[in-house]
Amino acid sequence: MKKMLFIVSVLVVASMVLAACGPAGPAECTDELGCAVYGPEDPIRIASALVITGPDAQLGLDSQHGIEIAIAMRGDVAGHSVELQAEDDGCNAEGGQAAGQKIVSDPSIVAVVGTSCSGAGVPMSKVISEAGYAMVSPSNTAPSLTDPAQAWNPGYLRTAHNDKVQGAAMAKFAYEVLGLKTAAAIHDGDPYTEGLANAFRESFESMGGKVVAFTAVSKGDTDMKPVLTAVAASEGGAPEFLFFPVFTAECAFLAKQTKEVTGLENTVTAAADGCFSAAAAEAIGEAGNGMYFSGPDLSFSGDTYVTFKEQYNTLFGSDPISVFHAHAFDATNMIFDCIEQVGVTSDDGSLSVGRAALRSCLYATSGYQGITGTLTCNEYGDCADPKISVSILETGEYKRIWP
Amino acid sequence: MQRRLQNINYLDLVLWFIRVSIIVVVVWGSIATLRDNPYSGRNWIDFIVFGIAQGSMYALIAIGYTLVYGVLFMINFAHGEFFMAGVMTATIFVAGPLSASGYLDRQPIISLLLIMAVSMLTSVGVAILTERVAYRPLRKAPRLVPLITAIGASFFWQYTFRGLYGSEVKPFPQVEALSGKIPFLGTELLASQLVVIIATVIMLVGLYLFVMRTKTGKAIRAVAEDKDVAALMGIDVDRTISITFALGASMAGAAGVLYALVFRQVHYFMGFLPGLKAFTSAVLGGIGSIPGAAIGGLFLGIFESVGPPLFLDGLNVPAYHQLKDVIAFTMLVLILIFRPQGIIGERLAEKKA
Repeated sequence: MKKMLFIVSVLVVASMVLAACGPAGPAECTDELGCAVYGPEDPIRIASALVITGPDAQLGLDSQHGIEIAIAMRGDVAGHSVELQAEDDGCNAEGGQAAGQKIVSDPSIVAVVGTSCSGAGVPMSKVISEAGYAMVSPSNTAPSLTDPAQAWNPGYLRTAHNDKVQGAAMAKFAYEVLGLKTAAAIHDGDPYTEGLANAFRESFESMGGKVVAFTAVSKGDTDMKPVLTAVAASEGGAPEFLFFPVFTAECAFLAKQTKEVTGLENTVTAAADGCFSAAAAEAIGEAGNGMYFSGPDLSFSGDTYVTFKEQYNTLFGSDPISVFHAHAFDATNMIFDCIEQVGVTSDDGSLSVGRAALRSCLYATSGYQGITGTLTCNEYGDCADPKISVSILETGEYKRIWP
Repeated sequence: MQRRLQNINYLDLVLWFIRVSIIVVVVWGSIATLRDNPYSGRNWIDFIVFGIAQGSMYALIAIGYTLVYGVLFMINFAHGEFFMAGVMTATIFVAGPLSASGYLDRQPIISLLLIMAVSMLTSVGVAILTERVAYRPLRKAPRLVPLITAIGASFFWQYTFRGLYGSEVKPFPQVEALSGKIPFLGTELLASQLVVIIATVIMLVGLYLFVMRTKTGKAIRAVAEDKDVAALMGIDVDRTISITFALGASMAGAAGVLYALVFRQVHYFMGFLPGLKAFTSAVLGGIGSIPGAAIGGLFLGIFESVGPPLFLDGLNVPAYHQLKDVIAFTMLVLILIFRPQGIIGERLAEKKA
């Protein structure tokens, strides 16, 4: 009996000691997914996972600049400064997985802006979702990412358009504006490129056009002439319009080699936002003259974008280098708004942000006035106010021509 | 009969099953394609020419693998990086400025020779440095050690050049004189591809004559035969090995320029896949043999280009061009099952055992 009493008393003392070791400052975390807790002097930490190295680096760096400007223009959030941890998504599944795992191993990160590439977004959204975090992508556009039957995971949102919209816009441009009735599409098996090529095909066919070839290359391919020769020899004849929504390196190879393949000399070529950056224009070179590119419409109205561009020039010394900086800016501010809404500040100034609460706040975003338009999220995280424009490349410069 | 059946083991059965099934798929696919015949004769000639042009580059790079394997029995996995180093340097420091000044289009021949020289010299420099610093100290180490070192050297050069030149895709200027097409057998060849094929033939013949007819070539062959005896005969083995690396790298540097003429863009990671394919070509032709490397390269190039439409189109495989590497490597497996020494490989078992 005495022994029993001894054990009980040890347990009681131990539990008191343990309780004393727990977080003393902030209010108790009752959130089902846990909380991100910051001491009175700690900065709020968010992460980015964007493609910041390799041929597509400008796509990601541009978005990262958007986040940095959002942080600079916002100042303190809920009384705390903000710190960005920038990770690389590598624009592939492995990179997304690795970046995701690194982020979720750090409990001080409250939310993620990323990924750049849909291919990285598929595995990363799974990792992020399972760990209870939230992510808002500024440039994932693959339809599958917000389709619960396919790759959607709770906690995933995006401010970029869904490619169902972009594919339809490109199809409309080719069929109605250019008046071309036959088309072909080439993707590279990546969720983004395949999703967009598919969306284009469906829209083009539903308008009455004919898709004579729908095929794919692999990432890392250099010799596109065999596949282009096969496209030129399609049963329905060589296509009048060739759409290859792939990334920079393959896009540049395709653009150059289309001109060299017998039967495709007069084919109009087009690519999409994965190949829409200053670096891509340089890589394509002369072969890109007269080539069309679809992407988010950047002719934003409103004073915020003017200030944003000034900031961009001051901080990074150039005009925006790619097309998703404003989407990243809006994504970051959406997260900040929600941190302010759901964060609980204790008397000592420490802040606790419930992760489930943050998620539901993000999904509840409605009528948010961002640079890219009025954002309203649906239950699967499509938040964009999608506006697509088509630009033409002339002597190394993109010129917006439609709509 | 009874005994013979008992002697057939499980592995043989599996191998035979693989051989037969690959052949069945290939034959069945080809027949189906040719019956539907979606491509004209002109298309087929195009496919073959694309394959020969691509194969020529593989052949030139494969020479480096085969020469080094001949003298050191080592697979130099950094060889793809020698290819990249030369052409990236030449693109940034020679081709870019020449194009910007307009000299490239005024004097295309002089410019191309200059680009070629810079590319080959850079590749040779990188190769000799790698050999001296990374491989020579390991000459006596077990064979796995230099192999792993080579992989390390490969990463080292990739990221060094990424640091030097940046990670973006760099354009290689279009040479006006090579941008047209030349009529040939009822179709048209791209001038750039014709240049690639002719330059490759010249270089391969030159290399072959060098190895077979000159004193240095004789020394290389002697070192390949037996290093110790060659040393006893008064041959400077270290110097000969350096020359071998330099020869292989100069071919890689030239291949780099040809690659840039056809594809017109360069990147720090561009050496990896062609390096792997060229290694495959060397094995396919019979590693250690110079004609073998050339034939292996051509085979691989043509299979990559002709294989997908010929074997897979008739089987209604969607997006079959994505499978070109599968076809190329399946062909490798198939040829190695029937001829483990490669297409014209010789005495491999005797020498390396």
